[in-house]
Amino acid sequence: MQVDWSIMFDFIPQLIAGAKVTIYITVLGLIGGIVLGSIAGLMRAYGGKILNAIAFTYIELIRGTPIVVQVMFLYFALPVLADIRIDPMSAAVLAIVVNAGAYIAEIVRGAFLSINKGLTEAGLAIGMPHWKVLLYIIGPLAFRRLIPPLGNQFIVSLKDTSLFIVIGVGELTRTGQEIMAANFRAVEIWTAVAICYLIMTGTMTFALRSVEKRMKIL
Amino acid sequence: MSFIEFKNTSKAFGPLQVLKDVDLSTEKGEVVVLIGPSGSGKSTLLRCINGLETITGGDLIVDGLSVTGGKKVLCEIRQEAGMVFQQFNLFPQMTALQNVALGPRKVRGLSKDEAEIQAQALLDKVGLSDKGGHYPAELSGGQQQRVAIARALAVKPKVMLFDEPTSALDPELKHEVLNVMLQLAKEGMTMVVVTHEMAFAKQVGTRLIFMEHGKIAVDDDPRTVIDTPPNPRMKDFLSHVE
Ligand SMILES: Nc1ncnc2c1ncn2[C@@H]1O[C@H](COP(=O)(O)OP(=O)(O)O)[C@@H](O)[C@H]1O
Ligand SMILES: [Mg+2]
Repeated sequence: MQVDWSIMFDFIPQLIAGAKVTIYITVLGLIGGIVLGSIAGLMRAYGGKILNAIAFTYIELIRGTPIVVQVMFLYFALPVLADIRIDPMSAAVLAIVVNAGAYIAEIVRGAFLSINKGLTEAGLAIGMPHWKVLLYIIGPLAFRRLIPPLGNQFIVSLKDTSLFIVIGVGELTRTGQEIMAANFRAVEIWTAVAICYLIMTGTMTFALRSVEKRMKIL
Repeated sequence: MSFIEFKNTSKAFGPLQVLKDVDLSTEKGEVVVLIGPSGSGKSTLLRCINGLETITGGDLIVDGLSVTGGKKVLCEIRQEAGMVFQQFNLFPQMTALQNVALGPRKVRGLSKDEAEIQAQALLDKVGLSDKGGHYPAELSGGQQQRVAIARALAVKPKVMLFDEPTSALDPELKHEVLNVMLQLAKEGMTMVVVTHEMAFAKQVGTRLIFMEHGKIAVDDDPRTVIDTPPNPRMKDFLSHVE
């Protein structure tokens, strides 16, 4: 079979539909992951023994297991264990939330703890309670340091969604596979799929770069 | 009535006993100068006053409030005790004016405008009228330290704690900070100052404390003891700082 690049254009509508699912899972998953990761990260950095231990356990459980196993667990094992029915899409989003959350927690913790302790002391010394010091002084400084590693995690999570092929979510990679099954145009299809991913990750990189540029790291 | 009172106060970091049963009582309006060899516990003593270090024995009363009284009491004490650090510790993402205005806004609850008017007046006082819009990185060390003093004063403290405020400064910049401190002392501000500036101690100090191994070894009038140290180790120490 000859390679016919023009055939790539025929899949565009399907690929766009697949990419939309990928974006949907990534965006929802990362929003949840940022919330969960921030909470867990702050628990690690400033929580007492118990909060710290809870966050630590969560982070290590997730970082110590592959995301495919995590989503399989959510989709196949959870219904058995807890009698919770969960559709593939929700399992996929939840997997990103839980997985990205663990990595983001470490990023958040690292960013907050990297801020000079003298600034926290200066804030406390003018009579601010600790939470206000974190909110008005340390948080904004940590945020600037958060952006580069967070951007990294966004890209990793976006690519991780391709693994949800294992539970049959119709995201981009799965779409590629379906088209392939119909016409066996491996070269064209996987090139087109790769280009789609590159466009998405490239856009993310570009957006993060411009945010980074506007914010000085202090 | 004493304003700051150490009652048998101890402080240990793990097995390391840094303050050993310190008894010290100071009145309002006093300018207490703390000297002593590195590691003798000067910073720790100062930081116990505003609760940046938690005491591990005895009690410590600041204007009638115990530093062991819990978080809320500690916030009250910290509003009464301004602190100036050796490394300035200005908030780098804020201008000089914003640094000074932060406390009044977030602690005293002033509006942004009110806080900034007050902050500008304090910058005027420390000789930085035209630097309000500058970020810390754009200021010299001496200017940064004066902003830090203004920031501490902005919360309207009753006592000012200084931890080697001029040690990180080039010699030619020390005087601009010392002048501000002299001015404050002359206005009657209660101060506890860790410093090696013996001229400052003689000029405005009402009391000189020489610390050694976590204890107060000498506590006397600066003008008499600086010239005739009552203790050989203090004599030795002074010969090294001057
Ligand atoms: N956070 C800390 N943890 C452990 N040891 C400390 C801490 N802070 C100070 N120390 C120790 O306490 C002693 C006194 O320190 P410090 O009060 O800073 O002395 P000074 O200001 O007189 O130089 C030193 O031996 C120092 O190493
Ligand atoms: Mg010190």
